[in-house]
Amino acid sequence: MYRSVARISQLSSQSVLRSIRANVAVNRINITPRLASTWASVKMGPPDAILGITEAFKKDQYEQKINLGVGAYRDDAGLPVVLPSVIEAEERLLKSCLDKEYAGITGISNFTKLAADLAYGEESIVLKEDRLAVTQTISGTGALRIGGEFLKKFHPSTKILLPQPSWANHAAVFRSSGLQPETYRYYNKETIGLDFEGLIEDLKNAEDGTAVLLHACAHNPTGVDPTPDQWKQISEVVKAKGHFPFFDMAYQGFASGSIERDAFAVRYFVEQGHQIALCQSFAKNMGLYGERVGAFSLVAESSEEKARIESQFKILVRPLYSNPPIHGARIASTILGDAQLKAQWLAEVKTMADRMITMRQLLKDNLEALGSTQNWDHVTSQIGMFCYTGLSGEQVDELAQKWSVYCTRDGRISIAGITSGNVKRLAQAIHEVSK
Amino acid sequence: MIAAPPSIAPDPIFHLIGLYKADTRADKADLGVGAYRSNEGKPWILPCVKAASERIQADPSYNHEYLAISGLDEYTKSASKVIFGQDSALLKSNRVSSFQTVSGTGANHLGAAFLSKFNSSKTIWVSDPTWGNHFKVFETANLQIKVYPYWDPATRGLNWEALKDTLQNQTSPGDIILLHACAHNPTGVDPTHQQWEELSEIISAKQLYPFFDAAYQGFASGDLDHDAFAIRYFAERHAEFLVCQSFAKNFGLYGERTGALHIVSKTSVVARAVDTQLSALQRAEISSPPAYGAKIVAAILADPELYQQWRNDLITMSARIKEMRTTLKSHLESLKTPGTWDHLVDQIGMFAYTGLTPGQCQRLVNEFSIYLSSNGRVSMAGFNDSNVKSIAKAIDTVVRETK
Repeated sequence: MYRSVARISQLSSQSVLRSIRANVAVNRINITPRLASTWASVKMGPPDAILGITEAFKKDQYEQKINLGVGAYRDDAGLPVVLPSVIEAEERLLKSCLDKEYAGITGISNFTKLAADLAYGEESIVLKEDRLAVTQTISGTGALRIGGEFLKKFHPSTKILLPQPSWANHAAVFRSSGLQPETYRYYNKETIGLDFEGLIEDLKNAEDGTAVLLHACAHNPTGVDPTPDQWKQISEVVKAKGHFPFFDMAYQGFASGSIERDAFAVRYFVEQGHQIALCQSFAKNMGLYGERVGAFSLVAESSEEKARIESQFKILVRPLYSNPPIHGARIASTILGDAQLKAQWLAEVKTMADRMITMRQLLKDNLEALGSTQNWDHVTSQIGMFCYTGLSGEQVDELAQKWSVYCTRDGRISIAGITSGNVKRLAQAIHEVSK
Repeated sequence: MIAAPPSIAPDPIFHLIGLYKADTRADKADLGVGAYRSNEGKPWILPCVKAASERIQADPSYNHEYLAISGLDEYTKSASKVIFGQDSALLKSNRVSSFQTVSGTGANHLGAAFLSKFNSSKTIWVSDPTWGNHFKVFETANLQIKVYPYWDPATRGLNWEALKDTLQNQTSPGDIILLHACAHNPTGVDPTHQQWEELSEIISAKQLYPFFDAAYQGFASGDLDHDAFAIRYFAERHAEFLVCQSFAKNFGLYGERTGALHIVSKTSVVARAVDTQLSALQRAEISSPPAYGAKIVAAILADPELYQQWRNDLITMSARIKEMRTTLKSHLESLKTPGTWDHLVDQIGMFAYTGLTPGQCQRLVNEFSIYLSSNGRVSMAGFNDSNVKSIAKAIDTVVRETK
């Protein structure tokens, strides 16, 4: 039945069939004889680069093991956190005994409105002129997927440029959408910083009108962000080349502690007249990870165009999953729609951001105190959940094997996994493998 | 720049909902979308779900951490037992890949995407008619859709001989065949046990790949095991098939998007390889599925009291549906409405294929504010003691007067 297996079957079908039928007769379960499984050629897929680390960490028996793999926030005791504003919102929802009716295909409209306000700013011209097409999505990944599918269908070119490196899953999502991911220079290994000249050159050399993925803030995995001035220059090149700016904003508020500051690039581009795409996630900044809360938006030319685009979002979404999950979106809109809860939430986001900034400082201080001769400035100059340490794959393996410290092989560590309790040991481990 | 996309006609079912919402008539009736309603015409939170939600949220370990790519383990394991049976030999054989999905649509999509990649034949046979969204799901997965006879307008039942004939004479080995496990949507017409047994034989003989869509287990007859008959019969006779499972209706979880996909492979080795391929597909679309609904289902299935409550809730829903069928039929017979109305009671589940013409349906919408799809499908959940008589009267009118 399956192509590669069929060839074998032609050679010896009769005799094989006879023996299978003979065996089947004595089996209790009467399975229709087939020459081989339909899926015989299904290969073992590769383990996920990021989530595979968690597996290895779980298996490790060492008490003081440290997990710096997946990017979920942990408090200073190393425990998952449910934000108090989220707990409050969820309690209110439980008390109000809402029904569980389907959301519309593009989600809960109150949620998408408030999500857009948060990203673009309530005073944004595109919101005032009602020309933002927006749909609720299955968190940030879902937004990327809908965006990818939309580009595939409506954008003249199916190429999309990703920064080198980018989140491991970006290429997979875009490829599955039918796009061709290529890269632009981003991270400079030598300086452990931004390769700005390379970035600009690659954007200039790309064909006019190419889609370009931009991490709005707290670049994943490097933590290296362009400065506001560099963003302005990027905007100029994108404009000159007619490129399509496709923003991924997974850390608004979570990077610097300020919603406005983290949305600078997005809002600047919009002000400059770019018609951007934006993927938004509430996984980290609201700690809603598993509830899958996100949004995808496109700036349209007019509210008439916005309506057309939204109708197309529905066409894309319906065959994938019909409509998005309500629970997390309701929590998010409860918080964003209540002035007091929102203020409380903003303070909580700042607390998370501050803790990570503090851990960065502690790590650097400890490394320096140990007498490391390496330059660790990047630990504090980088921003957000992740730090690109500059460690090699071999050094990362040694961290895991000798020190029970787990991170991805590109040397990316999750700052959220650092605590005041483990930072000293972590610094020692990093120092030992890198000296 | 994005090329200016054209506007597209809205999804018919959601469009109907929109019209209904905008209608200001007090006696409007929503017989459109398939969501259960109480006798008061309101959405109904199952008592087991309410209890489970409170318990879950009160638990100190409750959080919103990411689930695994394949979903919540306790959930997928117990979901597989619900469909295959508590003591399923199939489950013990470790040949099943179970993934949590974004409800039934997500399962259909993931299953179709998998088959599109790995099945030899890219052709899927669907019943005529089938749920409207099936076409879009399978097209999006780049499967070629063919149609097998199903609904017989003459008998308002199953077009059995034509169905068999098509499967026997027009299918090719490896072709996929979509089967509604119970409570066929939109017709409500299910094969009898005898017919399922014959179907299984034909499907084996023609080497077709069974693709089950199980959106109404327990909701149809009130009995989980009864509604799983076809799947469990096939499980003993087919080495490879898949099942899409939805908890939208039978747990009333609709918008929480709680479903699962179960792919059965010939050996456990292949099943583990299939796991990894499903992971890759899922990761590239949603990363991981939504947690809340799965936690509710897992909690209910793990607790004997809550589980028993659920079984009672299923009887509550299915019994009310059955009662409305009986009542509607008897009103139409009292009115001596032209035609026969046995099919209303012979059919099962959320939907009834009334046999009303598009013209008659249109008039019901426009003149009587009774909202139903133009194919004559009504959602039985939309009927209640307050409206069944007047709806019967309206049906009587359009049947007599409108073509």
